[in-house]
Amino acid sequence: MLKLWLAEVPPRGKLYLALLLAALLAAPLFVDGYLLSVLILVFYFAYLGQAWNIMMGFAGQLSLGHALYFGIGAYTSAALYVHLGVSPWFGMIAGGAFAAAIGAFIGALGFRFKIGGVYFAILTIAFAEFTRILVDHLLFVGGSGGFFLPISGRSSNDLWTLRGAPVMFYYVWLAFTVGVLILCRALLSSRLGYFWLAIREDQEAAQALGIDTFRYKIFAVMLSAALTACGGVLYAFYNNNLFPSAIFSINRSIDMLLGAIIGGVGTLMGPIVGAFILTPLGETMTALVEPLKGLGAKLDGIKQVFYGLCVVLIVVFQRRGVWPWLWRRLGLDRGEGR
Amino acid sequence: MSGLTVRGISKRFRGLQAVKDVSFDVPEHGLIGLIGPNGAGKTTTFNLIAGVYAPDEGEVTFGGQRLNGLRPDQVCAAGIARTFQIVRPFGELSVLDNVLVGCLHAEADVSAARRRAGEIVDRLGLGAKRDQVAASLTLPDRKRLEVARALGTKPKLLLLDEVMAGLRPTEVDQMVAFFREINRDLGVTILLIEHVMRAVMALAQYVVVLNHGEKIAEGTPERVVRDPAVLECYLGEEAV
Ligand SMILES: Nc1ncnc2c1ncn2[C@@H]1O[C@H](COP(=O)(O)OP(=O)(O)O)[C@@H](O)[C@H]1O
Ligand SMILES: [Mg+2]
Repeated sequence: MLKLWLAEVPPRGKLYLALLLAALLAAPLFVDGYLLSVLILVFYFAYLGQAWNIMMGFAGQLSLGHALYFGIGAYTSAALYVHLGVSPWFGMIAGGAFAAAIGAFIGALGFRFKIGGVYFAILTIAFAEFTRILVDHLLFVGGSGGFFLPISGRSSNDLWTLRGAPVMFYYVWLAFTVGVLILCRALLSSRLGYFWLAIREDQEAAQALGIDTFRYKIFAVMLSAALTACGGVLYAFYNNNLFPSAIFSINRSIDMLLGAIIGGVGTLMGPIVGAFILTPLGETMTALVEPLKGLGAKLDGIKQVFYGLCVVLIVVFQRRGVWPWLWRRLGLDRGEGR
Repeated sequence: MSGLTVRGISKRFRGLQAVKDVSFDVPEHGLIGLIGPNGAGKTTTFNLIAGVYAPDEGEVTFGGQRLNGLRPDQVCAAGIARTFQIVRPFGELSVLDNVLVGCLHAEADVSAARRRAGEIVDRLGLGAKRDQVAASLTLPDRKRLEVARALGTKPKLLLLDEVMAGLRPTEVDQMVAFFREINRDLGVTILLIEHVMRAVMALAQYVVVLNHGEKIAEGTPERVVRDPAVLECYLGEEAV
């Protein structure tokens, strides 16, 4: 199966992919703690961008409230672990299923009443905001005061409870990022994937060709939501603290889609490329403004402003994202970038 | 009765009566034309059959199954495929993938569906353009793509909405031959809306004429083009 997918990747592309993967596998041997945390952030963007891309890039449904699914995963798994000692892997199943169910509900609401495009996106924001306020008052997960996971000694790595050193999380995030890439590759060449693309391109035409558009759009939301929730689980166990205002914030929803938009919506490598571009730039930005903060300057939203600028630049100069352009630059061209 | 039966269907858009009490039959394996001047209600009639709109009154049945109230995808599942007069290609997908989507309706296996899509693309003369994105096609090619995609679903009844507009006379003759072939060899029933009278005269066994949403004549093509009421409504339009 894997062989079949790789068959469509040009030889040089295979080489680059192998080199990148090898470099990422070996990276923890060479980089310090800070760089490791930046790479984890890259995976965070790449993974979540990929999950968001299933809904928008494949099925053409815009969500601006993916922090909701992220938060459902984070809070569900953390609550199960803290209160009942349940492994985060089971928490992932529970959180993923929960997020998928909520996604199906929101999707059904929007699609049934023909709330499309921007209005659907606003609906997704509304649900994320509503949930943030709800969780602010859920005392068994700490309410607005925050929810904390017990930190064990970082010397031992326990994969089963996801308690351990950053290096362990590095490899877990890497595995998820590679895993979701393979999953998306498989989806794109499946019947389901083609139906999604058809819906994205022209819903009415898709329906005329026998595609139950309602059903397949709901599938897309559910899968996207469940995968996003899995990312939330990893985040919760890596960061060990959850605040509703940060977890469910619109900023997080926007962060998730930036990588995909900058890399190329609807492409497989777009979210990954976007994450590798955005994260270092964002970190540099933070490092640059840090000294200014000491001087009393108020620069809280500066990263968001900067990201916004990146999106504007992309929309103006490279509407389809960096990846289709990079694809040609790397000499991989064989038609369109995938 | 197998085949399509349309019984007294009407459709009103706000103040405008687009289709009014229209009835006709399309017998199984038949090749029927639907003609009339612009704005006569032909496309709306297709949309009523295909489930885009539900008729305000009347009934549509296919092979004995009542179609009223079905969604377009359910109508397709019942064996009816349609093309769009205003073409709706999947612009960013390749020509082959466009047709593949149609084929996947009839065939769950992607590689088998892709093979069949390739055959259909070749038959419609789009073979050389199979890897081009559909957005890059010329209008006549987009019309061909509409046909290819619809055929992919393996329909029993094909609804064709002005697919020959913009084709050169030799291309029209090729299309005519093609439709006659799939009608005869594959037994596909065809209902076609067409402005190109050359095609209607050559293809249709029977013609239904609409004007201002109402059926004003029906019969063999030779008889219908001599009907005074038909000539009347085409006056002002180009001569028939
Ligand atoms: N969705 C719609 N909303 C309002 N009016 C419509 C709609 N579709 C068609 N019409 C009107 O109905 C009439 C018949 O249109 P149509 O069926 O497209 O005609 P034809 O295909 O015979 O040229 C026209 O006057 C057209 O403007
Ligand atoms: Mg029309």
